[in-house]
Amino acid sequence: MLKYLLRRLGVAVLVALTVSVITFSLIYLSGDPAIALAGDSASNEEIEHIRKAYGYDRPIIVQYGDWLARAAQGDLGRSHYLKANISDVILTRLPNTLILALCAISFALVLAIPLGVAAAIRPNSLIDRFALSLAVVGQALPSFWFALILIFFLGIQLRWLPITGTDSWMNFIMPAIALGYYVTPGVMRLTRAGMLEVLSSDYIRTAKAKGLRPPAVLFKHALRNAIIPVVSLAAVQFGFMLGGSIVIETIFAINGLGFLAWETIQRADLPMMQAIVLVLSCFYIVITFLADMLNAFLDPRIRVT
Amino acid sequence: MSDTILEVRDLVIDIPVAAGMLHPVQSISFDVKRGETLSIVGESGCGKSLTSLAVMDLLPLRAKRTASVLTLDGEDLLSAGERRMSDIRGNKMAMIFQEPMTSLNPAYTIGNQLVEALLRHKQVSAAEARTRAIYLLEKVGITAAASRLSQYPHQLSGGLRQRVMIAMALMCGPDLIIADEPTTALDVTIQAQILHLLADLQKEFNMGMILITHDLGVVARVADRVAVMYAGQIVETGTAKQVFENPTHPYTQGLIECIPIPGKTERGAHLGSIPGIVPSLVGDLSGCHFADRCRYAMDACRSGRVELTGSFEDGHVYRCALTPQQCAANLTKGAA
Ligand SMILES: Nc1ncnc2c1ncn2[C@@H]1O[C@H](COP(=O)(O)OP(=O)(O)OP(=O)(O)O)[C@@H](O)[C@H]1O
Ligand code: SF4
Ligand SMILES: [Mg+2]
Repeated sequence: MLKYLLRRLGVAVLVALTVSVITFSLIYLSGDPAIALAGDSASNEEIEHIRKAYGYDRPIIVQYGDWLARAAQGDLGRSHYLKANISDVILTRLPNTLILALCAISFALVLAIPLGVAAAIRPNSLIDRFALSLAVVGQALPSFWFALILIFFLGIQLRWLPITGTDSWMNFIMPAIALGYYVTPGVMRLTRAGMLEVLSSDYIRTAKAKGLRPPAVLFKHALRNAIIPVVSLAAVQFGFMLGGSIVIETIFAINGLGFLAWETIQRADLPMMQAIVLVLSCFYIVITFLADMLNAFLDPRIRVT
Repeated sequence: MSDTILEVRDLVIDIPVAAGMLHPVQSISFDVKRGETLSIVGESGCGKSLTSLAVMDLLPLRAKRTASVLTLDGEDLLSAGERRMSDIRGNKMAMIFQEPMTSLNPAYTIGNQLVEALLRHKQVSAAEARTRAIYLLEKVGITAAASRLSQYPHQLSGGLRQRVMIAMALMCGPDLIIADEPTTALDVTIQAQILHLLADLQKEFNMGMILITHDLGVVARVADRVAVMYAGQIVETGTAKQVFENPTHPYTQGLIECIPIPGKTERGAHLGSIPGIVPSLVGDLSGCHFADRCRYAMDACRSGRVELTGSFEDGHVYRCALTPQQCAANLTKGAA
């Protein structure tokens, strides 16, 4: 296990470094950053001045090393546009996005996994058909449209839930459902397919031949093996939710990272954009790493060689 | 307590398939006595596995099982519900499957999977279950048994896995053990070892055993009784001595002609050198199923139902329109 963990950790670090190089080069992607900063009407002297002041005149490798060292210490630089410390801005926005994504993925898993298992136990039964139609609807309905439907019924008609803001946990219910339901069909289908395959496997027949009762057969012997691909899928989806909740954050006016990213793109605030990409990528790397560790725990063939 | 552990009468299995109703097993009857090995032989697809799954009540959902009698140690299994059956499975009767590579759960240790059955059926502590697991692993010839408990299936070879499966089947001390081609998936060199191991354990623990195998050489050595199956029917059955010394049904004669003679033929040589293919078992079946492949087929063989009739001795029956004398004459002709 330790060997696997270390190897996997090494890969994670390598990926993180690669991501950092790509993110760093974002600054140069749109041309000379000094010119961009100085603005259209700046004179040559002004541009040179800015180039010196911000250190853009140094060799690029030095600039990268300097940037990486600061980033590693949590210093992501300043946003010229917001006139604020980027780390501070991100730290105020990150919790909202994290809570939203955690609620959304939990909602999706709690709904999709039991449904997938139930559908696999009785293929073509009523519950299987119900799950299938839910999946079809789920995949066909765009999430912003679903969000608007939720707002209309639960927020405006029934007045059960607040529509905007992040004042209480109640605020997160609708956005979490709107964000999570889109993931439900995929997770459900994968759970169902995995369970169907595992349930027809020889070792399940062995478990039955031992006289084990259905719960032990289903949960001890089948689910543990069937859930492994689901873990990987859920990790990927969770990563997407962190970065891809722009639409939902905008609709529900949640001051999160997605919302910030959207604002930042509009302002062409490059250092901020760079920082957001870096932070999200790091989260993504950590999540994938944790998912791999969970799978190694579930499947000894991964960890014991 | 009776001597007969398993009694099966008129077992029929029907499976609906796209082409109609498949009749993979048609009215099979046999007994297994305590301390006795019944060997079921016959070529691929003749219904051996389905027969054993029917006894365990583990048939595929679509398959329909009927029988006039199905008792284990006097208890009626036909009326036993799923709950009762799960109390019996792994406890009073256990099964060893054809595929050792895939029959163990890859996610759990050998030890976990061994003690599981015992903890399910008997009031024992985890430590006692562990002790029994080690004892049985040693019994099936696994060295360093205690350290094997914490290993995972993928760390074991096929032969070792099948030994683990055998130990697992013995955990609760079953009255009946069903071994469905336990060695087909293994190297030829370990096939005979495993079969002899099974035969020894069966004698030692005085269990009834159904041994399904292709290896007629082993059958001749370890079986007390033999049932030869062809296309869903028993075509000949009797004691091993009766069947091997006086094979009466033309199919049995064909099988025995290609039997490996100990010392002369390779171990583990397979059956199936009789030309022709097994008939389709879908829809109405009449006449002798073997007629298309039989050298002695007559018009009478193709109509009506050919029933089991007595051969030369008591308890030795065969399913053929020929008289025992004609059959015996055929055998000498064939051998010449
Ligand atoms: N689930 C099923 N659905 C339809 N047909 C089946 C099913 N299981 C088995 N059969 C058919 O029933 C027949 C008997 O199968 P069975 O597995 O009992 O054969 P077998 O004698 O054990 O053969 P082998 O020596 O290859 O293991 C075969 O023709 C097989 O194709
Ligand atoms: S009944 Fe006829 S076809 Fe069938 S085995 Fe006997 S001789 Fe051959
Ligand atoms: Mg079989």
